Amino acid sequence: MTLWTNDIFQVLVNHQVRQVAYVPDAGHTHLINRCGQYSEMVSVPLTTEEEGIALLAGAWLGGDRGVLLMQSSGVGNCLNMFSLTRTCRMPLLMLVTMRGEWGEFNPWQVPMGQNTEKLLKAADILTFHVDESNRLGEATEAAARMVFEGPAAAAVLISQRILGTKTFME
Amino acid sequence: MDLDRSNHYSLRRREVVKMLLDQRDSGMLIVAGLGAPTWDVTAAGDEPLNFPLWGAMGGAVSIGLGLAIAQPTRRILVITGDGEMLMGLGSLATVSIQSPSNLAILVLDNERYGETGMQATHTAGNVDLAAVARATGFSECHNIADKKRLRSLLPQIQNGEGPLFFNVKVRAENLPLVLPPKDGAFLKDRFRVALFGSDPVR
Repeated sequence: MTLWTNDIFQVLVNHQVRQVAYVPDAGHTHLINRCGQYSEMVSVPLTTEEEGIALLAGAWLGGDRGVLLMQSSGVGNCLNMFSLTRTCRMPLLMLVTMRGEWGEFNPWQVPMGQNTEKLLKAADILTFHVDESNRLGEATEAAARMVFEGPAAAAVLISQRILGTKTFME
Repeated sequence: MDLDRSNHYSLRRREVVKMLLDQRDSGMLIVAGLGAPTWDVTAAGDEPLNFPLWGAMGGAVSIGLGLAIAQPTRRILVITGDGEMLMGLGSLATVSIQSPSNLAILVLDNERYGETGMQATHTAGNVDLAAVARATGFSECHNIADKKRLRSLLPQIQNGEGPLFFNVKVRAENLPLVLPPKDGAFLKDRFRVALFGSDPVR
């Protein structure tokens, strides 16, 4: 688990990502901690994910690159705010940990988890769905390049197969 | 809800914004919330360092926060409306956690949804946006209802140590539209060119 988060972290460092916005997810714990300890990054915990879309638009206006970390349910919260990204052609890099797709124990996660990629595509956002942990670094690198050299909006979807199925019996 | 109350407020929104921006520091960056605040800011002068929103409702404060973190040596002023602010109340809590000293938020509170037929917003009831901001942890929150108080707080709005929150009660009125450019990519590139020079994508 820590290996792939290190890969992603290194990509973010290489691309000079500065503002790290997030709504916590268990799967993002290590990355959130890594970014929080790195002095070149500013961590911005959000109350809801669409704040992150707006925050990172403001960041780019001011010359900062950013990333938004969230779980798949958060993508639904962002939909209208994606209009800002698209209309203004803002760069937007998102790392989405998936729920509701692989052995999910909570049926309330399934409607959004099963439609996350479809909704992102409907919003004209590039998607990189990854279900092998050793490919997460290169997928994030590919996404970050297209985002910051575009500008483009892209999401790396981190499969629940990588994260493991959550249960309440740990 | 009291739909009549805001018909009698003494402050007029265009006057307020003109007072704010007349002595504008050339380094100040403005984010204007969608609808009337965008028209008000544009009426005071369409400037490249304005980012006037035509959408993204609920996002004005978050945009201001991202900008404030990226540009710590500049003053960021978010001018928005009560309806837009109500849609993004959580963003006040997010600002409070970051506590950017260069960010000021000013709400033009006419207690109405101006673009959709002047329906009452929650501030036509008991909702006090300055009290909400205070509860999220803003140390400086002010309600402003007359010109004397606005004038006395102007230096605070322009230079006080943030994060600051000002709720300005303004008369409910429909004014002639003064529209900024509508194309978002143009507005963004114009802003970045003014800030960084000729190449907007660095």
